[in-house]
Amino acid sequence: MTDMASLMEDRAAAKVISDKVQKPVDWDSPKIARNIKKRYAAERRFKIYGLSAIGVALLALFVLAFSIGSKGYTAFFQTYVQLEINFDPAEIDPNGTGDPAVIGKANFDDLIKKALLARFPDVTDRRDKRDLYGVVSGGASYDLRERVMENPNLIGQTRKIWLISGDDFDMLNKGYIDANVDEGSRRLNDKEIGWYDALVSDGAVEKKFHSRFFTSGDSREPELAGIWGAAVGSFYTLLVTLFLSFPIGVLAAVYLEEFAPKNRFTTIVEVNINNLAAVPSIVFGLLGLEVYLNVMHLPRSAPVVGGLTLALMTLPTIIIASRAAIKAVPPSIRQAALGLGASPVQTVTHHVLPLAMPGILTGTIIGMAQALGETAPLLMIGMVAFIVDIPGGALDPATVLPVQIYLWADSPERAFVEKTSAAIMVLLAFLILMNGLAVYLRKKFERKW
Amino acid sequence: MKKTLAVAALMSVAFAGAAQARDQIRIVGSSTVFPFATAVAEEFGKTTSFKTPVIESTGSGGGLKLFCAGVGEQHPDITNASRRIKKSEVETCAKNGIAEVTEVKVGYDGIVLSNSNEAPEIDLTKEQIFLALAKTVPSKDGNSLVDNFYTTWSEIDPSLPNIKIEVLGPPPTSGTRDAFTELVLEEACNSFPAIKALKDSNKDQHKAVCAGVREDGAYVEAGENDNLIVQKLEANHDALGIFGFSFLDQNGDKLQGSKIEGVSPTFEAISAGEYPVSRSLYFYVKNAHVGTIPGMKEYLAEFTSEKAFGDEGYLADRGLIPMDAAEREAVRNAATNLAPLSM
Repeated sequence: MTDMASLMEDRAAAKVISDKVQKPVDWDSPKIARNIKKRYAAERRFKIYGLSAIGVALLALFVLAFSIGSKGYTAFFQTYVQLEINFDPAEIDPNGTGDPAVIGKANFDDLIKKALLARFPDVTDRRDKRDLYGVVSGGASYDLRERVMENPNLIGQTRKIWLISGDDFDMLNKGYIDANVDEGSRRLNDKEIGWYDALVSDGAVEKKFHSRFFTSGDSREPELAGIWGAAVGSFYTLLVTLFLSFPIGVLAAVYLEEFAPKNRFTTIVEVNINNLAAVPSIVFGLLGLEVYLNVMHLPRSAPVVGGLTLALMTLPTIIIASRAAIKAVPPSIRQAALGLGASPVQTVTHHVLPLAMPGILTGTIIGMAQALGETAPLLMIGMVAFIVDIPGGALDPATVLPVQIYLWADSPERAFVEKTSAAIMVLLAFLILMNGLAVYLRKKFERKW
Repeated sequence: MKKTLAVAALMSVAFAGAAQARDQIRIVGSSTVFPFATAVAEEFGKTTSFKTPVIESTGSGGGLKLFCAGVGEQHPDITNASRRIKKSEVETCAKNGIAEVTEVKVGYDGIVLSNSNEAPEIDLTKEQIFLALAKTVPSKDGNSLVDNFYTTWSEIDPSLPNIKIEVLGPPPTSGTRDAFTELVLEEACNSFPAIKALKDSNKDQHKAVCAGVREDGAYVEAGENDNLIVQKLEANHDALGIFGFSFLDQNGDKLQGSKIEGVSPTFEAISAGEYPVSRSLYFYVKNAHVGTIPGMKEYLAEFTSEKAFGDEGYLADRGLIPMDAAEREAVRNAATNLAPLSM
């Protein structure tokens, strides 16, 4: 019995061996063909997954760019209305002094109102007059004053002047107000639309490039609001951030990488720096509020405080990037310098840092770009504010680009919708510029070993 | 060395600035008053020789906290509020050396329930709104309190449309939400006997029931941004939204205000006090700063002038509902004389 069983076993084992030996893999067998087909299919599927992931990302980017661009591009143009302005000497400079102080105080608003009433003489009702004055923006009188101050010869003449229009008329001209809906439910009544049509048929309505958007500060009148105040605020804030976080960050990275002994203390420091990079930015805002405003009594809403706060936020990014860049410098460079008698400090400042600089700069610029887009910490230190005046320094109250976007997005006036999108475009342009600079620096100074 | 120098330079610059006298009014407070205050500030900056005031939107509570922190130029001069100052806040102010505060009433703001104007107009009572939005409602037989079980408007009242209850509104941090809770939910809740009975037996629970908003998805917290709610209402015709009147005013071609207690939220109805969900807007002035910060009196004069908060002033154009002429006169006098608030 046992013989029989062992014999069977032997045979089975022999068969396996003989199968292996005698029948090599038949690469043409249908089974193998199926297998190969499956593997190729898996390969193709994987590529398709990858491509579709890229496709989804690109589509999202495209949708975002398109929705912002299509909503926002109109903000770069502004409706102007041409009116025949009589620069009445009795109104501007009754005594003919020619003194700029007198001319500056003249009521230019009145000149515009008179011009409007002269164009539409049948408007007599008080309410209608008020509506009529809305055709031209409240800021137009300042433009007119500037024009007369520059060229006092205008006084006494009657000229056709292009004046910036009010926001509702601008919206109508850009097609954002539907003239066909019921009168009660749109911002402009039938009479106002009648005036608009009359001005259009005169050829007195035109869209012009809106340079004011890039040169003026915030305003409650959408047609007068501009991005420049916020851009300057962002500039001062980033300047403070850069001057603080770059030297501190690089020094910390150099010390940790080149000089620090490996002990428990430096390990703790390292772990904490990595953790800090992941701390939500609002926490830095609270820290800034407590330290800079409540303890050090720095002024609220000032770029200096914003910069100090954002510096705390960007420090970990810069330290981590700088350490990686310093680590990437080959040890042979250090050994060669030390071997030729350079001191450790000379080795670092003459050799390691210059070679690591492209990486350090890239990290710094990315950190700065992050700081440029940050709003949450600035909320706590009072930079989310309505500020009309362009800041003249890091101590003046200021706001920054993303905060300006937030404030406009929250405004009820419809004309601010396009301003919001336009401001987003400006912010994105700055970010692309900064990232482009980072790429350029890396490409230009990068060395490969 | 580089580091120390950089830090030292920055600090000295910063401190030099802090020591400088402030020549600009600083205002904090409510996001509801923000659009009006900024309009006044801009006009003030343009028409006077003073700098344009800096206005922060911190919310009413946050603004009063900053305002009451003390006297001195590092503290704000004025705070805007979409509700009246509380007794506790007056006490905090007094504790920090702010003895005299002037209250200036600005006007009214309506809170509207609104839907797309392509959907049917809705007429609701406060009780119906309570039944639709409260977390806890009286059961069908009215004897006990149960979790809100209404899913469509027609279940609350057969005359209402048979659509799902979906209301987009502000989160609890918002002043608009506070006012809506106070003016609609807390008023309506006592008309149900089962809830009214609680008032005597369990005050805390009564308060919780009256102010609790359902969290099962029928009330959607749509964030502080009212424009976002407007956009969502355009896309979703079945939804209702809760926001300030000025947003309805700006979007009248897309949205319609729902009637509450039979009254439509129109400019006239709110200003006449007929529309039931409206609140007063205020700002508070630190009297000790008048005279030390330049332009305070002039700012008050600008805000309380007829061309600003009058019937046809520029604030009315921005959606503020003006007070009647006699009340405006009284407010103007109080502002000019800096009559201190007493509570």
